[in-house]
Amino acid sequence: MDQLGLLMEGFAGALTPMNLLWVVVGCLLGTAVGVLPGLGSSMAVALLLPMTFALDPTAAFILFAGVYFGGLFGDSTMAILLNTPGQASAIASTFEGHKMANSGRAPQALATAAIGAFIGGMIASVLVVFLSPTLVAVSASFGPPEYFALALFAFVATSSVVADNIAKGLAALVIGVAITMVGIDGISGLERYTLGAPQLFDGISLVTVTVGILALGEVLFVASRIRGTREDLRIRAAGRPFLSAAEVKEAAPAWARGTLIGLPFGVVPAGGAEVPTFLAYEAERRLDRRRKHPVFGKGAIRGLAAPEAAGNATTGMAMGALLALGLPISATAAIMLAAFRQYGLQPGPLLFERSPELVWALLASFFLAMVVLLIINLPFAQLWSKLLLIPKPQLYGGITLFCGLGIYATSGAVFDLLMLLGVGVLGFLMRRYEYPLAPLMIGMVLGPLAESSLRDALLSSVGDPRVLVSSPITIVIYALLAVVVALAVRAAVRQRTREDL
Amino acid sequence: MGPDDHGADRPAAPASPSRRRALSIGFGVLAVPVIAAAGYQSIRSASGGSTISANLTLVAPAAAGGGWDAFQRELQQVMRTHSLVGNVQVVNIPGAGGTIALGSVGRLTQPNTLMVGGTGQIAAQIQFDTPSQITDVTPVARVIEEYDLIAVPADGPHQDLDGLIADWRENTPDVAWTGGGSFDQLVMTDLALAADIAPGDTTYIPSDGGGEAIQAILNGTAQATAGGFADIYPQVEFGRLRALGVVAPQRLEGVDIPTLPELGYDVTLTNWRALFAPPVVTAEEIAEFEELLEQAFATPEWADAVARYNWVEVPATGEELRAYIEEETERIAGLFAEIEG
Repeated sequence: MDQLGLLMEGFAGALTPMNLLWVVVGCLLGTAVGVLPGLGSSMAVALLLPMTFALDPTAAFILFAGVYFGGLFGDSTMAILLNTPGQASAIASTFEGHKMANSGRAPQALATAAIGAFIGGMIASVLVVFLSPTLVAVSASFGPPEYFALALFAFVATSSVVADNIAKGLAALVIGVAITMVGIDGISGLERYTLGAPQLFDGISLVTVTVGILALGEVLFVASRIRGTREDLRIRAAGRPFLSAAEVKEAAPAWARGTLIGLPFGVVPAGGAEVPTFLAYEAERRLDRRRKHPVFGKGAIRGLAAPEAAGNATTGMAMGALLALGLPISATAAIMLAAFRQYGLQPGPLLFERSPELVWALLASFFLAMVVLLIINLPFAQLWSKLLLIPKPQLYGGITLFCGLGIYATSGAVFDLLMLLGVGVLGFLMRRYEYPLAPLMIGMVLGPLAESSLRDALLSSVGDPRVLVSSPITIVIYALLAVVVALAVRAAVRQRTREDL
Repeated sequence: MGPDDHGADRPAAPASPSRRRALSIGFGVLAVPVIAAAGYQSIRSASGGSTISANLTLVAPAAAGGGWDAFQRELQQVMRTHSLVGNVQVVNIPGAGGTIALGSVGRLTQPNTLMVGGTGQIAAQIQFDTPSQITDVTPVARVIEEYDLIAVPADGPHQDLDGLIADWRENTPDVAWTGGGSFDQLVMTDLALAADIAPGDTTYIPSDGGGEAIQAILNGTAQATAGGFADIYPQVEFGRLRALGVVAPQRLEGVDIPTLPELGYDVTLTNWRALFAPPVVTAEEIAEFEELLEQAFATPEWADAVARYNWVEVPATGEELRAYIEEETERIAGLFAEIEG
């Protein structure tokens, strides 16, 4: 166990009082940014980068790890409490998480999310320590045909979010895909649905839509009903703190399954954390239907535990992939790469040989950040849920302000604020006429992935469609897809026969 | 507090309101000097806020995480460390290949803003015929340039540039190229023209950034890339990619890779970055900018950043810069005509 010894040395370097202070500062900063709608970890890391010039490398990395993971812990807080996720990867957490909060179990929901994020991130960090070199080989086998198969699989696997009301669900899905069509097509350079406005050349960002549909739409919806039913104004019970043994037992398998679903996605370069969170949620939902007393839809703890664990497992692994591959595949990763280079580190296959002390200090700081985040988030669960005690007019007014701030901070353009408002009205109308919101978000995440990977695959094969089934990975994914479809058909047929009898 | 405002000296029956009042007075006592100090500070730094040395805004015409953003944040850090200006902040204005920022900076009525820009914006204005053009802002100084590297997979069949070109000429659509941005596609187009290959018949798979482009090469989606030196070279060092040539006028220090002109292909398109000011600047203000930048670029911290990002300094100002930008605009327009033609 060579790695263990090196990791211990890393801890020795990282565990000084000063570094502990940095990790706490980083975690608090990251959590604060994560809680604000629309502000992602890339913004936080970019703002932080100049600050770290003044720090020694270990302290700087520890600060980064704190911010990076703090953002992940923080993003689900508002999703759960107020149904207003700040980032796309927290969308799946709203489904059951917000229902838990509504039924007076807010602290438990937050604790479930924090523990799920901790487990997912921790296991991912452990795997990164031991598997980084092999990540290189795995990632190179994932090309456009594999991504396309994956996107198809995710579409079908999450289809049950559409199935509750097929017409409305499909309509929402199509709206989601249509929104992603806006902008300049990367391959042909043609403008699509931009109406000639240069502000639309880069498309409508997923962040704006997430904040607009889910956060602002919710605000407008609550506002529209606030006069009708005074009931909504009533203070919801904050509930008792922490999880009971029974709840932990209930959530434990979901944490484990979510982590398992999330891990492989982190290895795949350029895959976001949204797809695994949806898949983990969907898997739990399907399992729940087979139980004697299905609890989904009423605030199921498993429906929250799984996506949280999956999301953090993916991002934790993605960090490992960044170190092992040295590829700046996301904005956050690009900024972190710049930070590494500043200390003469070049992430990539040789990193572990060239500068072991720094790498192991960084990995040790991952663990420290996780532990510190769990420690500050569990007591905070109580404090955060006190937010629900704020009278609704003030609370939702505040959310609107923060939505606007978050969007404005990333682009500084009034146009984006108007876009946010427009999307918010769409979100309100969808709620008002009971269109499901999840298919729209899924369409926005998977639509571009499917489109660009299909076109890239066909471009590289000069139009030969056989490229789509040319590798073992694609064949395995399509086989899995066939099994999922067969199971669904069998369930539907059984249901029909039972009804007929 | 209303009518019982004098209630502080009354025997307080319930303890908590009086304690609350004491607290609020305490906070008030604390708050007044803090707010006053902050107000004074902001007035002081804002006074003459439009003069360049008091308050400078550095605009990155892209989101956080790209090359333009990195450039401005390094410059900000240098200016802060050496207190060259009173207050300096970076503002990201992303969108439409950097031309949204061209429009925003072009409309400013105060001179104290410097936007970084270059090839990418010119490419966007030509490709999409954007309403804002590079001529809407005033060039102050060209600062650095970056070079592209032509690379193929290390375990691939192409040993040198001539081999790649021969294969490319023979099987034009089958040799797919990739790159992380429009500049990379221009380099590929220029190389095709230099090698007498029709750019329109070539397969080009656009990637979003250098990381994705490398990934596309490694997983076999594309067979060759023209990509930014800083992104590609580390992968060459790791032995995963093979570098066939640097797209630069002369060899880079300490890098044993031939340049394209050396190999007989006249391709010298470089990815340069210049600083631009709002069109309202006067000649004196441009002189002030030039002096400020001269100080900033003379610091060891800036030299360090230049080395870290593999930049090459190519200073130019005034008429020389103006003429250069005009030439580049024409050259890029010509290449786009070839891509579409």
